[in-house]
Amino acid sequence: MNSIGDDCNELKKQYDACFNNWFSERFLKGQTNDSVCAPIFKVYQECVKRAMREQKIELREIETDYSTGPTEYDNNNIGGSSPGAGASKQQGKS
Amino acid sequence: MVLTASTCRTETVFDYSWKHVVSAYWNRYPNPSSSHVLTEDTIRREVRDGKLYSRRLLSKTNPVPKWGARFYNNVPVKIVEDSVLDPVKKTFTTFTRNLGMKKIMKVDEIVVYSEQRDGRTLAVRRAFISSQVFGFSRAIRAFGIERFKLNGNKASSGFNYVLRRMFPQHQLQAAASTVNPQQNTADVALATTTNHSSSSKSESLKRTAKVGYEFCKSHASKIAQLFSVRN
Repeated sequence: MNSIGDDCNELKKQYDACFNNWFSERFLKGQTNDSVCAPIFKVYQECVKRAMREQKIELREIETDYSTGPTEYDNNNIGGSSPGAGASKQQGKS
Repeated sequence: MVLTASTCRTETVFDYSWKHVVSAYWNRYPNPSSSHVLTEDTIRREVRDGKLYSRRLLSKTNPVPKWGARFYNNVPVKIVEDSVLDPVKKTFTTFTRNLGMKKIMKVDEIVVYSEQRDGRTLAVRRAFISSQVFGFSRAIRAFGIERFKLNGNKASSGFNYVLRRMFPQHQLQAAASTVNPQQNTADVALATTTNHSSSSKSESLKRTAKVGYEFCKSHASKIAQLFSVRN
């Protein structure tokens, strides 16, 4: 699968390969240390963030904390909750 | 902000173990049903308290027909996917939503993958669809997104293809099936026009209303499809 930045494809491929191996061979076997792919992830991230800026993709909404549910429908008892302290901002201006 | 949303819930059983499903998940693109997905990037990822948190950015083609040009430019749609994977409890929750164009339509989808007693994997998917465009919002509320719901069966075919390819020897039973699709709309009171009316004036009025209504309904479901990432 391609990256959003044409020049990031090679880095993405390398990172995905590293991640897939770490995920099935280590993480799913109980090892949570994820430092093995950290260097390639960092380089790949720099490339993707640059591509996103170039394509004017709204970063504000992407930089919030992880969220696993649309906050405005909380009364529907959605499974999962927003982890960490920073509440997600779902209602950013479109 | 329109908070009334149509919700739709489907359950799919994958004939693979939870570990196989979550491993294949990161590799599900491309697949034969995903030609609409153009790019896929991990933009954030970390382990917290033994759980894996990921944020991915997907872009999808925007097969904008002429009518759509007045709402937005013909650029690929961006979708953000957050996920939390708990390897101890064996749960994997994904939450996807469209970036931008939320006034036209917001499609939030949550899928929870968990291990069944028989070793297979259950995916419970919920979609919340809302719009601030009156015609769309009305169409969504009254009918839910029918096509969106109907396509539930097709939804897992792309993912199943990836699972079969990655783990050919590990299928646990026959093909995956979608069970118990159900839909709850906030308001199902709006009925379609029936043909029993006697007054020709109200007849034509109703016909006009129906045409406008069908227009919104069909376009609402097209946009909802566009903002959804199920394959």
